[in-house]
Amino acid sequence: MATGINAPAAADPALDALVERVRAARALKAALDIRGGGTKAFYGEAPQGEPLDLRPLAGISSYEPSELVVTARAGTPLAELEAALADKGQCLAFEPPRFSQAGTVGGMVAAGLSGPSRATAGAVRDHVLGATLLSGRAEVLSFGGQVMKNVAGYDVSRLLAGSLGTLGVILEVSLKVLPVAPATATLRFELDEAKALDQLNAWGGQPLPLSASAWWSGILVLRLSGAAAAVQSAVARLGGEVVEPPMAAGFWTGLRDQTDEFFVGAAKAVEAGATLWRLAVPQTAPPIKTPGEHLVEWGGAQRWVVTTAPAATLREAAARVGGHATAFRGGKSAGVFAPLSPPLMRIHRDLRAAFDPDGVFNRGRLYPGM
Amino acid sequence: MNAPQDLPPDAHLETASLKAGTTDRATRQAQAVAALGALLPAHALLYRREDTVPYECDGLTAYRETPLLVALPETEAQVAAVLKACHAMDLPVVARGAGTGLSGGAMPHALGVTLSLAKFNKIVKVDAKARTATVQCGVRNLAISEAVSSLGLYYAPDPSSQIACTIGGNVAENSGGVHCLKYGLTLHNVLKVRGFTIEGEAVEFGGDALDAPGLDLLTVVVGSEGMLAVISEVTVKLTPKPQLARCIMASFDDIRKAGDAVAAIIAAGIIPAGLEMMDKPMTAAVEDFVHAGYDLTAAAILLCESDGTPEEVAEEIDRMLDVLTGCGATRVEVSKDEAQRMRFWSGRKNAFPASGRISPDYMCMDSTIPRKRLADILLAIAEMEKKYDLRCCNVFHAGDGNLHPLILFDANDPDQLHRCEQFGADILETSVALGGTVTGEHGVGIEKLSSMCVQFSPGEREQMLAVKRAFDGRGLLNPGKVIPTLHRCAEYGKMHVKKGLLPFPELERF
Repeated sequence: MATGINAPAAADPALDALVERVRAARALKAALDIRGGGTKAFYGEAPQGEPLDLRPLAGISSYEPSELVVTARAGTPLAELEAALADKGQCLAFEPPRFSQAGTVGGMVAAGLSGPSRATAGAVRDHVLGATLLSGRAEVLSFGGQVMKNVAGYDVSRLLAGSLGTLGVILEVSLKVLPVAPATATLRFELDEAKALDQLNAWGGQPLPLSASAWWSGILVLRLSGAAAAVQSAVARLGGEVVEPPMAAGFWTGLRDQTDEFFVGAAKAVEAGATLWRLAVPQTAPPIKTPGEHLVEWGGAQRWVVTTAPAATLREAAARVGGHATAFRGGKSAGVFAPLSPPLMRIHRDLRAAFDPDGVFNRGRLYPGM
Repeated sequence: MNAPQDLPPDAHLETASLKAGTTDRATRQAQAVAALGALLPAHALLYRREDTVPYECDGLTAYRETPLLVALPETEAQVAAVLKACHAMDLPVVARGAGTGLSGGAMPHALGVTLSLAKFNKIVKVDAKARTATVQCGVRNLAISEAVSSLGLYYAPDPSSQIACTIGGNVAENSGGVHCLKYGLTLHNVLKVRGFTIEGEAVEFGGDALDAPGLDLLTVVVGSEGMLAVISEVTVKLTPKPQLARCIMASFDDIRKAGDAVAAIIAAGIIPAGLEMMDKPMTAAVEDFVHAGYDLTAAAILLCESDGTPEEVAEEIDRMLDVLTGCGATRVEVSKDEAQRMRFWSGRKNAFPASGRISPDYMCMDSTIPRKRLADILLAIAEMEKKYDLRCCNVFHAGDGNLHPLILFDANDPDQLHRCEQFGADILETSVALGGTVTGEHGVGIEKLSSMCVQFSPGEREQMLAVKRAFDGRGLLNPGKVIPTLHRCAEYGKMHVKKGLLPFPELERF
């Protein structure tokens, strides 16, 4: 409710065309591959079916800076949305990665990927307030709304974050936005991985304005964001080497969009047959001792590993410390996402059937056969 | 007390159909007692009328029902065994924490088992380094913060009932509190929920990492009001305690100016730790109760809090003062110390008991609207006071647009009760019309079932029912709550046609 699309509005050819495509596909039991800019086509299991292009369904439906809410249609370029927010001194606090300028708002929510600030600012799902969905029955349904607090019924809109299109087509989404921090500073420390992790966890327990962290190859980089006075006093307290703002901004953007040195190297290695793994682990987990190049983010809670080691090695290493491993880029023969427990897998199948009984959308994109 | 809004016909229809079945209630009870008696020690099973009376309702006291029996398991193995048995016998299961919920979510099912999780009250593990606590579902919200206070940490969500309410109940309701604008709701502060399916299978949603593989099921389990799974253990995130908090109390001579000031604070790029509003009648009621020195001449009072490092707070308080005075505040006062800050908050935190003192009964509403519509809804409520000839005090989580209008009435006067119900429904519908929602943090339970018909289309409601079936195929977990049936909404629609004048006024309606 409360998102614009569902209102008994004027003719909406882009929406009508989508509904028609889904009806037809359903009748034929055909598969559709929901697509925005195609910037995350590499992510998840291999796409199946005819492409369903969401880009014609574009535009910011409403934006009220004083409400901290923006509502946009799925095909809206992410760059356009971010520019509109920046114009009012606001931002998407979860810093979604932009693998190119072509990324869309719908793709961002469906992929559910969050950037460097995730550990402190929350994930995509934490900022979803409402969504309008085109179900596998070709029904247009709205959940959530445009307000921060809303417990009317199940929070289906947040469930869509990271669902990779398996529950339906995201048509429109309302997102919580936040003011850009008044001040930011970046510090650099020379530390080995174990010491960096200890330090990150020690700082995490203190009231410091931490907003991002990254460790790679003996260097820990820390970002502080908040009120100017808070950032200044934290800089004075933490020591380290202050990184010049333009260089720091470039570094964080590169990390966010995976264009920095580590990820460029990873891309080359993937071309040569390696896999880029994303390990989500408790932030206190010790260094993961698998062969390959390692980058640590999110205060220790996200570890990137580029390696040719078998999938089982990574999956076991992550599971041992209470986490899970995703084959982010490269070899996917052992499955992209870590397998689920039997009751969770059953719930996944039943939920998928509840939204898309004929399996029209993004077949097998999350788990093969689902 | 809280007043009933209307009859939950679904629950009653279901009861009626079961009653008409082959087994009567006494037989059903005997079967259930025999089955669960084999799984639990005798003291963990209550079924005599005098023993089950305390479980008849939750914080919404106007709705009452006697369960077949109350089971009080002490171990997870017992929870699993009870659920398996109930599933095998097709017995509805209503999970229950502290029973402080305000929407009837824990009201028993007449032919079901109330599963009290009161004995799951241990803090399993505090990990200071990871800033997490793993606690059993029956641990009280405030007990978590107390247990980790010496580590300089706390659990951020702080519903007003935090002394009594349990973390399991907070997860079921996705509870908020006065600080959720900055620190988030329960969902944002929970990493992992361990529980059981209705089949008695152990299941974990979320995990020890920041995300889990597959669909993010935590998003629907949190706030699911006991409809999807039974929760036994929760891992929460802990937040470093801010070094300092200071609160501004600002008076306004006009409701609209106060509402505009709320929007202006946010538009200035400030996210206060708390931003609350009370109108004049509410201020008078609480001042009489707590003697905090509130400005009784103000049309509205705003409480605006900043927390963080001393430098951060000083900077933010200055910015807040600029905005508030710029918006026409007639008086501003900044708390000088912790005692004064607590005094500023004392009235806000005591709004409900203070209302209880000035009226025999009150009904607390819980809708949310876009912030910019605060003044509109307040003025609409003022009109409704005339229309329904009842008084209403207003207290708001203004920062996130969550309203708690308290409608004052006397439940002994059937006409007042009736007008109060209509007043409440009118507020909820107006909130939806203004772009809001019928419940911000108290949940739907049974209280707001009919209002769900207004907020969601039949297709949307059917989709939510399908979500429930994916978790609980036979519909045994807390049946009849949260999502109204098509039938119920059709009935509500019929009554709705003659707005303000119900057909068949002689019929009993709760």
